[in-house]
Amino acid sequence: MTEPLLAINDLRVAFATPHGLVRAVDGVSLDVRPGECLGVVGESGSGKSVTFAAVMGLIRPPGRIESGSIRFDGRELVGLDRVDYRSLRGRDIAMTLQDALTSLNPALTVGTQITEVLLAHAEDLPSGRHARHREARARAIEMMHLVGIPAAEHRLGDYPHQFSGGMRQRMMIAIALSCRPRLLIADEPTTALDVTIQAQVLELIAGIRATLGMSVALITHDLGVVAEYCDRVAVLYAGQIVESGPTASVIGAPRHPYTAGLLASVPMLSNLDRRIRPIDGQVPGLVDLPPGCRFLPRCPHAAPVCVSTIAMRALEHDRAVRCVR
Amino acid sequence: MTPVLLLQRVGHLVPVLLGVTVIVFLMMSLTPGDPAEIMLANQNATPAQVAMLRHDMGLDRPLMERFVSFVGHALQGDFGQSLFHRRPVATVIMERLPATIELSVAAMAFALLVSIPLGVMAAVYRGGVLDRLATVGALLGVSLPGFWFGILMLIGFAVNLRWLPVSGAIDFAAQPPGITGLMVVDSMLALRGDSLMNALAHLVLPAITLGLPMAAILMRVTRASMLEVLRQDYITFAEAKGLGRGRIIALHALKNGLLPTVTVAAMETGSLLGGNMVVETVFGWPGLGRLVVESIFVRNYPLVQAAVLLYAVTYVVVNFLADLLYTVLNPRVRM
Repeated sequence: MTEPLLAINDLRVAFATPHGLVRAVDGVSLDVRPGECLGVVGESGSGKSVTFAAVMGLIRPPGRIESGSIRFDGRELVGLDRVDYRSLRGRDIAMTLQDALTSLNPALTVGTQITEVLLAHAEDLPSGRHARHREARARAIEMMHLVGIPAAEHRLGDYPHQFSGGMRQRMMIAIALSCRPRLLIADEPTTALDVTIQAQVLELIAGIRATLGMSVALITHDLGVVAEYCDRVAVLYAGQIVESGPTASVIGAPRHPYTAGLLASVPMLSNLDRRIRPIDGQVPGLVDLPPGCRFLPRCPHAAPVCVSTIAMRALEHDRAVRCVR
Repeated sequence: MTPVLLLQRVGHLVPVLLGVTVIVFLMMSLTPGDPAEIMLANQNATPAQVAMLRHDMGLDRPLMERFVSFVGHALQGDFGQSLFHRRPVATVIMERLPATIELSVAAMAFALLVSIPLGVMAAVYRGGVLDRLATVGALLGVSLPGFWFGILMLIGFAVNLRWLPVSGAIDFAAQPPGITGLMVVDSMLALRGDSLMNALAHLVLPAITLGLPMAAILMRVTRASMLEVLRQDYITFAEAKGLGRGRIIALHALKNGLLPTVTVAAMETGSLLGGNMVVETVFGWPGLGRLVVESIFVRNYPLVQAAVLLYAVTYVVVNFLADLLYTVLNPRVRM
């Protein structure tokens, strides 16, 4: 097996709140391998976004990384100093956020917002202020072409509100990819978009991934998206990974009742007679969780053994599950 | 913004200014007390003499006719005679205006230079020592009455410590040749360092006293606005891009965070103009504010009328300029 590009090991992230310590990420371990697309699936509050905010070094007080390790290309990121982190972000690891409308600065032109990443990171820009800016501009236009923004050279002076929703999303992706990072973290890239645009944006990410040979961590709550675009998948529930493995195998034969429940709640064209079955109950609050399986209150297969601590268990074919069944 | 739109915007000012003129004129006409009788008070004037003066002053003509004549003359810069000075109102005001402009600009500059950096730092280091000091300071700045704070400063720095002069805009000996009437500018034009230092020394206390409440309010507005902006997704995204903290705060956050500051600063020019009257009186500043206070006491209506109109026009124009600045900061605003 090849060395993973990103290796998260037993990560714990907690937030101090007036109601007590909320452990949003509780012992998450996952790998992103070179060139692969990993799907990270979970409901709101499952810890999927917080996990990757930790990778980006963007956990701010009252949040804190309690323990664990995040290694990128063999280099430990937990405890990395601010200056080193800054040179990593945007250059080696890039991130897109859910909503491009709120993620692009309304007061700056998109040209400013894309060239500033290049000016901050690209070491191979020519010296001399004028030449640097000209080269950064040329690369920005090139990247905008790559993400399919028509007449890119005429749009650099435009502000985000002058773009349509889909074009804004493309612009955000162009900014994230402008330094050709090795890992793209795409946090719910389609949630804020119309259905027709969703597929375009996902196809775009998949295409660029192939072109640039980068790895992608695709954070989503949509198993359909995972099935279509991801090599492997990790399912999060209440701050823990409950199941992981190659996409086809996990979706074909889920081993965790939560994964099975998620799949049963996805409408499918191939089987219109089948009733959609939502999972009963709600995600537990993350304060003062008892030991034992966190899915227990909602699990159709609950057994006495489930109240004790359940560890991740490796299965055949690169799969793992946090369930005794 | 295109020139056509700019002209349209300027055109919108006309009805506003006309409305202001109507209100000022009506206020003066409806105020109890007959200027003619006040002018002739204690002079044993007969009713016939009073009536004659009223006729000379045009006070016996219908309101509408007087208004049209007032506007007609005002447009030509003629606001009538100052009853007290026996000279044209416009001349008297123009003599006093430079000192007030100088003081107001200095106060505004002090307020902006103190409040914006302080508000930004307080928001960035929220809950820190600086934030707490600034918040307490702002509360004091808003709550202390200007005249009292001014007198405290006078006693402390001018009377006891003798670091700064007690009153006036400049010492007589240091007075530069009058070109603009602004002492600081005239000193520089005349290349006289001693005059410049003297003028600045006179300016310090009144400018701080006048600017302090404004600085306090703007600090709080800037802090609150920056706290809001720093929570936005585009700040997170800017961090994810690996930009330096300085660029994120000074460009990404501040360009959005300054919008409320600009609006409030423009609105606060109103209290700045009002504060002028108090501060100029306390510091013996030879400006328009003190002239207006004196004129109110002696019922010098033509002068008060012209000054109030001038204040109103200033306020409207400053807010118009703030709107222009707003479009620079916020490209989504299209005029």
